[in-house]
Amino acid sequence: MAAPKKIIKKTTKKELLHLYREMLLIRRFEEKAGQLYGMGLIAGFCHLYIGQEAVVTGVNAAIKDGDQMITSYRDHGHMLALGMSARGVMAELTGRSGGYSRGKGGSMHMFSVEKSFYGGHGIVGAQVPIGAGLGLANKYLDNGKISTVFFGDGAANQGQVYEALNMAQLWKLPTLFIIENNQYAMGTSIARSTAQKDLYKRGLSFGVKGVQVDGMDVLAVRDATKKAAAHARSGNGPMILEMMTYRYRGHSMSDPAKYRTREEVSEMREDHDPIDMAKNRLLKEKWADLDALKAVDKDIKSIVADAVEFAKTSPEPDPSELYTDVLLEVDA
Amino acid sequence: MAEAMKQMNMIQAINSALDIKMSQDPDVLVFGEDVGYFGGVFRCTAGLQEKHGLHRCFDTPIAEGGIIGVAVGMAAYGLRPVAEIQFADYIYPGYDQIASEAARLRYRSNGEFTAPLTIRTPVGGGIHGGQTHSQSPEALFTHIAGLKTIIPSNPYDAKGLLIKAIEDNDPVLFLEPKRLYNGPFSGDPHMPARNWSKHELGEVPEGHYTIDFEKARLHREGADLTILCYGTMVWVAEAAVEATGVDADIVDLRSLMPLDLDAIVKSVNKTGRCLVLHEATRTSGFGAELIAEVQQHCFYALETPIVRVTGWDTPYPHALEWEYFPGLERVSEAITRIMED
Repeated sequence: MAAPKKIIKKTTKKELLHLYREMLLIRRFEEKAGQLYGMGLIAGFCHLYIGQEAVVTGVNAAIKDGDQMITSYRDHGHMLALGMSARGVMAELTGRSGGYSRGKGGSMHMFSVEKSFYGGHGIVGAQVPIGAGLGLANKYLDNGKISTVFFGDGAANQGQVYEALNMAQLWKLPTLFIIENNQYAMGTSIARSTAQKDLYKRGLSFGVKGVQVDGMDVLAVRDATKKAAAHARSGNGPMILEMMTYRYRGHSMSDPAKYRTREEVSEMREDHDPIDMAKNRLLKEKWADLDALKAVDKDIKSIVADAVEFAKTSPEPDPSELYTDVLLEVDA
Repeated sequence: MAEAMKQMNMIQAINSALDIKMSQDPDVLVFGEDVGYFGGVFRCTAGLQEKHGLHRCFDTPIAEGGIIGVAVGMAAYGLRPVAEIQFADYIYPGYDQIASEAARLRYRSNGEFTAPLTIRTPVGGGIHGGQTHSQSPEALFTHIAGLKTIIPSNPYDAKGLLIKAIEDNDPVLFLEPKRLYNGPFSGDPHMPARNWSKHELGEVPEGHYTIDFEKARLHREGADLTILCYGTMVWVAEAAVEATGVDADIVDLRSLMPLDLDAIVKSVNKTGRCLVLHEATRTSGFGAELIAEVQQHCFYALETPIVRVTGWDTPYPHALEWEYFPGLERVSEAITRIMED
């Protein structure tokens, strides 16, 4: 892990309350998703973002509307951060017609034109060249936008990633490659899977600059992303941001995470939790008291409860949906 | 007023289709290995960079997963990229992007996103390319739901179908039989080579036109036998029909997915006999799909078992190319056998 930064980062009451709320929404949503999975209401695959909330929240705070975001299968947090509805995401997890993909995509496969969210991809690393393609579209259209491509430390060993990095630097694409280094590629620790563990250096041979960021500190993520976004947006090409983060839960719901110690997990939870970090600052600055924070939590719990109710009651997709959206002509 | 026509080979017809779409639509970009400065190893993109600019027609690294992945991203954002994979044999590193991403984007985004990209790639043997420059992998793609697979057999169809592919809002895999680039091919390498310069299917409108998918072309009309084929094998079928003197329907499928089942059923119900041809390996080839459909829909009209002539279940050999290739002799023998049955 990157050492906790001692520098006090600039923020405002309004901003930090907002970021705290965003991260808490992801946390509570994911906790509930985990429960629903345990109850059998969510089937198949479900990868929780708990512990990593500061990464997407901080990135989202630093980019502009219309900048694209694309990520892997651990995607619930990204969608919530972008303002996609908790109802639509939860109903997709339960496979209902009210879900973003009418239940046919599932946890790993959701999209939104309105929020410039390009998925939700279930193949490790496959989203990375697509994200470079979004950058190439931006450059070709000269639209002033950047694409943000998220992938994990596991995906960082996929060959496609290096094809994309080479192209992105060759063509000076406005693309940020954001590595969410949560230390484990499913059950394989980075030490056991990766020859060069400093993933921010992975672009050096292409000339892609990289920085390592404390991904548990939402303000550090925000600041690093702002700098990188300015770099990419002004025509200097891509950058890598290695976000040092940690997932508290297993890779997916079927993973008991026996490849790491209980102590390691509790150390991260107790000393580096991104939400606690924001909370402590809010209290210290007297921007909120415990009652105010409780009210935020209550409000978020009601949003999540509403999403759960929707996800339980939204009907399953009609069998006629089986053949819709395969090819354009079929659903016409 | 009659439209201006020009004699073209298949390379020129493909080039013309790309040029027209690039001129009409700024969303159309053409890229791939050596397609820009060099103009493509088969010259299909010659002159496009010069005419339309470096930003519209450009060279990529040799990275097929990256090329197709980038095309998917551009297409998801609303552009109409046309990516060239230099040989279909090189497409496998990009297969993940085709099967898991391009073909699936519409379905898993509730129809919000589409991937209107075209992937052009030369297929087939007959140029002594050996096992990595001769394959016909169409069945690997017709097996993927969410993808269209097109394979023209002549310059006229190539241009009209390619323009249609670029304008189509779904991902299209456009397979170009490289042995037909310069002329029709009988399947007998010892016969003198023909070219498109005097052939009626080499007579191509200079301007814009499209050919609908899912419409097979009746290459030759006959009464006694139906030959289902596509790409290079259309010309082998023609030569074999001439050699055997059998009066056959030659159905050039052109579009494998979507498939013109009506045309197939109509022909077989008329003739009562069916021969299926492809250059690709036999087991699980597209011919198996055709045979399944024909037996289901034409069972009571069939007078003989359906026969297929295909490549062997081996890698494409360099030395024994003409033993592998389902050429004039093998197809003629099969025709004779069916008619005697």
